[in-house]
Amino acid sequence: MQQNERQISLKAAVIEAIAREFRRDPETFYIGEDVGVAEGIFKQTQGLHAEFGDRRVIDTPISEAGMFGLTVGAAVAGMRPIVEIMFSDFLTLVMDQLVNHAAKIHYLSGGGFRVPLVLRTAIGVGGVLGSTHSQTLYAWPAHVPGLKLAAPSTPADAKGLMTAAIRDDNPVLYFEDRMTYNLKGPVPEGEHIVELGLADIKREGTDVTLIAFSRMVHVALEAAEALAEKGISAQVVDPRSIVPLDTETLVDAVARTGRAVVIDGGHELYGIGGEIAATVAEGAFDYLDAPVMRVGAPHNPVPCSKPLEALMVPNADQVVAKVERMYG
Amino acid sequence: MIEQTQALRIFESMLLIRRFEETVIDLWATVETEGHRHVYIGQEAVGATIMELLREDDLILTTHRNHGHVIARGADPGRALAEILGRADGFNKGRGGSAGLTVREAGFLATTGQVGGGIGLGIGAAQAQKVKGRGGICVTFFGDGGLEEGIGFEAMNIAALYELPVLLVCENNSVGVTTGRAQNEWSSSSMAAETLGDVPRALGIATEVVPGESVTAVYDAASRLIGDLREGRSPAFIEMRTRRWPGSRSFNPQLVTGVTDLAGIWEPGSVTGEHSDWINRYDPVIGYGRELMRQGLIDRDEIRAMDERISGRVQAAREFALSSPLPSAESGLTGTFA
Repeated sequence: MQQNERQISLKAAVIEAIAREFRRDPETFYIGEDVGVAEGIFKQTQGLHAEFGDRRVIDTPISEAGMFGLTVGAAVAGMRPIVEIMFSDFLTLVMDQLVNHAAKIHYLSGGGFRVPLVLRTAIGVGGVLGSTHSQTLYAWPAHVPGLKLAAPSTPADAKGLMTAAIRDDNPVLYFEDRMTYNLKGPVPEGEHIVELGLADIKREGTDVTLIAFSRMVHVALEAAEALAEKGISAQVVDPRSIVPLDTETLVDAVARTGRAVVIDGGHELYGIGGEIAATVAEGAFDYLDAPVMRVGAPHNPVPCSKPLEALMVPNADQVVAKVERMYG
Repeated sequence: MIEQTQALRIFESMLLIRRFEETVIDLWATVETEGHRHVYIGQEAVGATIMELLREDDLILTTHRNHGHVIARGADPGRALAEILGRADGFNKGRGGSAGLTVREAGFLATTGQVGGGIGLGIGAAQAQKVKGRGGICVTFFGDGGLEEGIGFEAMNIAALYELPVLLVCENNSVGVTTGRAQNEWSSSSMAAETLGDVPRALGIATEVVPGESVTAVYDAASRLIGDLREGRSPAFIEMRTRRWPGSRSFNPQLVTGVTDLAGIWEPGSVTGEHSDWINRYDPVIGYGRELMRQGLIDRDEIRAMDERISGRVQAAREFALSSPLPSAESGLTGTFA
């Protein structure tokens, strides 16, 4: 780490990216529930209303479909909106506008129209918020052609990916695990862009590749530490964006170690983790010494009570156990 | 008051839509028998008149029943027909088809067959127009079924709260419909409200109900509301009531009223048969032709000449569309992302 690099939280890094782009591009605006004077339920829009005012930081009624419709229409008409859907659980309420409009307008028009928007939403389990405010539903939109998805794990990536998302000419869904909001790390000052579709090696290693994104990167790093104590050198790779997926880097990483575990904060069944596992298994088959493994959340709703809730977050012990099975 | 040149332009536009749609139905009976299409016959007065009132920088959202809107806005009928037939030279390279036909250059933001979906998108277009501040508006067309979806309520509430310059044109073509699904007909609207306008009116939106087969009535109400919108007064809603064209069918509209015989304009007695009541009372093309003749704005020979000109254009459009190749299969695998 460079000596003079400042440390800020992931949440502050996202806000910094938005504010920089807002100063640069007058066509941008931010819309959502309680995002203005209230500055968001997690203070995730802190300072934006004070700087940019009512016209560019807009509070809505409790109408996710309506506000998202507005966002898509404004994007096609030439603006560059960011819409906040408070929890990814509420993606259920915008699905028609997202799947049948935002994702398809460019393709179905034969390329004449663009839909440059960012849908910012919170994922993750913690704080006993219960089954409809704790879901990690990125696998749903990932299945729909025409949508891009980013999920940062560090403050620096959060800033860089948000900047790239705002400048992208497609609908980009930006997932922040709310349990990482206060995570601090070095963040470059000034312009910082992390191109969508570029994975990042978060830790070098030679024996096994742990693929994880968003909060699960930190679970993977913890597992890598534990594995090191057992004499196993684990590499941690963070795809950073789910669509587009940096298949080349992932396959290359797995080919070098011959073993891989994919860690996904969403439900394991029919999830992103399974898709990534299949992708690296196909691409690196000739180099594999063991089947590609998955660790994800169990297949049940997120319960509220604290000990029950904890079951829904993949942890380092589970990752270590999977790796040990490969050597069994 | 409609100026003479406007009146003639509107009538010509209505006749163009009618001949275009008759061709669409004929092509589906003879060339392309698959898929679905939603024709605009019986609603021509609405689309042609609204388009006459719009500026070039206005934005438009339309639905699966879009052909009339697109043609009335001045888009090339040949490329429109090619799109409807799924051909490579269609406005959307054959990807949108009949229900998804859309034309960026003509100000269409999107065409969506998701019932009510455009009401949501339209408030975004209106937001963009408001930010631009040049008096541009958004017109969102939707059917009576559009209000049965939840998005309509949310979007109207937001439009009213933010005072967005959007004209909501509800084309209610369910008036007088007594058949419905059981007879393989489109179903009729089913709102608990006494009139559709009660819903936006409750939100403080200016609301009008207009007989949609009357150019004069459509013009008067729409020009007043559009003028208000350009001056910055809140959203507006018009229910355009039209009597369902008897040939309307799910998937396979039938020309049960025949290829429109314009002699019905100057010889009402020539209109006979099972559907003569619809033609005499509710066919907007016949009705407006009669009105223009009464006003002395056009005569029989001029109507015949106009029809000949239009039929020539539609014939050329038909030949263009049929000669356009189908898109190559691999062309469909590009352009998911911008």
